[in-house]
Amino acid sequence: MRTVTVVGASLSGLYAARELRAQGFDGRLVIVGDEPHRPYDRPPLSKDFLTGRCGEDRLALSDAEESAELDAEWLLGSRARGLDLRDRTVLLNNGRTVSSDGVVIATGASARRLPGPELAGVHTLRTLDDARALRAELTTGPRRVVVIGGGFVGSETASSCAGLGHDVTIVEAAPLPLVPQLGPEMAALCAALHRRGGVDLVTGTGVAALRGTLTVTGVELSDGRLLPADVVIVGIGATPNTGWLAGSTLALHDGVLCDDGCVTALPQVVAVGDVARVGGTRAEHWTSATEQPRIAVRNLLVGHTVETCRPLPYFWSDQYGARIQFAGRRLDTDTVRIAEGTVTDGAPGEDGFLALYEREGRTTAVLSVDRPRPFMRARRELARYADAMEAAAP
Amino acid sequence: MIPVCRLDDLPAGESVRVDTAPPIAVFNADGDLYAVDDTCTHQDASLSEGWLEGCLVECPLHAASFDLRTGQPTCLPARRPLGTHRVTVDDGVIHVHVAAKEDTAA
Repeated sequence: MRTVTVVGASLSGLYAARELRAQGFDGRLVIVGDEPHRPYDRPPLSKDFLTGRCGEDRLALSDAEESAELDAEWLLGSRARGLDLRDRTVLLNNGRTVSSDGVVIATGASARRLPGPELAGVHTLRTLDDARALRAELTTGPRRVVVIGGGFVGSETASSCAGLGHDVTIVEAAPLPLVPQLGPEMAALCAALHRRGGVDLVTGTGVAALRGTLTVTGVELSDGRLLPADVVIVGIGATPNTGWLAGSTLALHDGVLCDDGCVTALPQVVAVGDVARVGGTRAEHWTSATEQPRIAVRNLLVGHTVETCRPLPYFWSDQYGARIQFAGRRLDTDTVRIAEGTVTDGAPGEDGFLALYEREGRTTAVLSVDRPRPFMRARRELARYADAMEAAAP
Repeated sequence: MIPVCRLDDLPAGESVRVDTAPPIAVFNADGDLYAVDDTCTHQDASLSEGWLEGCLVECPLHAASFDLRTGQPTCLPARRPLGTHRVTVDDGVIHVHVAAKEDTAA
């Protein structure tokens, strides 16, 4: 291969570029990014960046020295608008085209928005520009903040806003947030953290409409209630950025469909990160975005799938001074028990807890609140077991 | 020089966090004692809670790994080294000699 184009200049795109060089690709490397920024880390955006504890310099994923080593052509601020698979040409919105021998699709996902006209004071939190805008608004005095969606982004943002002294309410359509991820018992414990942080959690009701003409003034709930608001943060998930591939023959269904080795139907095109549906699963996890590129790049350079990836799912969340960590693959039928630590008044005790999800006497997943050390041990055991199962599979 | 704990209270494979500012982690790596900055250089996590294997410690949050002998990261996502500090044992008590931060020098 003489030219490889990585479309997407965030976490998984940068990791793919690093892997290309690390695995011996010495041809022309082009990195296309729709944002004007060099690769930065998104997890701190809802946490330390929003509260002002960390500045933009701490977000950078790379530095000048590494950039020189990568020896890549960075086309930042350019959005890919098409991929012509006949000659693997990436079409950019500025009219430029990049002919490539190999393509790594790493375009990520975009924050889902509410329908309706745009109002000042309504934010999403996905990009650095999103976070800058929200941070600016949160530093101009106490605000009434309504966070729509009680998932990880919503919860962390609510926690940060509360920490900054704002009056915060979370609206969650489901009876309880995070049930699909944690199951009802543990989701209830984690939901109690909001109470600890002084944040109101309104559940079981959707949003009917946002109120306001130019600037948002409130959130109208589907049960008729009206929550006055100066700032509204919409944290209702993300959709994979596949629109630019609509005209291509690549199979798209909630992401770019790939085999277990991140390879699409075309062996010269691989996909990684939030946009990739790898072996039937699209994981919007930081860890997946850092683990898939090594395998995707290997398969791309070989020309077919020689290695597959099935990393143990892992995610974490920092909220209200607590660190939640989860690893494994749980089913709704698994049982769950607190193996260490305590629960007080339906909330994690002061010293946190470790919970094990079990099926037929075997641990399938582990959840910890403020117990990083036993969590790490359990996570490693789960990974070891999964590897052994994989090796034993026919 | 800061007293940490009795040597007997830090068996091989164990670590302890010293609440200095910034905090320091002391490890007993198979009998060898090492002290490094406790906070991962990638993001906010305590390395004293990490996974110790030989003289490498793996961060409990994102699996960055550091060589305790040098403080250098051995894999991503960490890119900056940890500060290292000298450790001595006097009368059975572990002491850390906090190294001056290099980048504070003029």
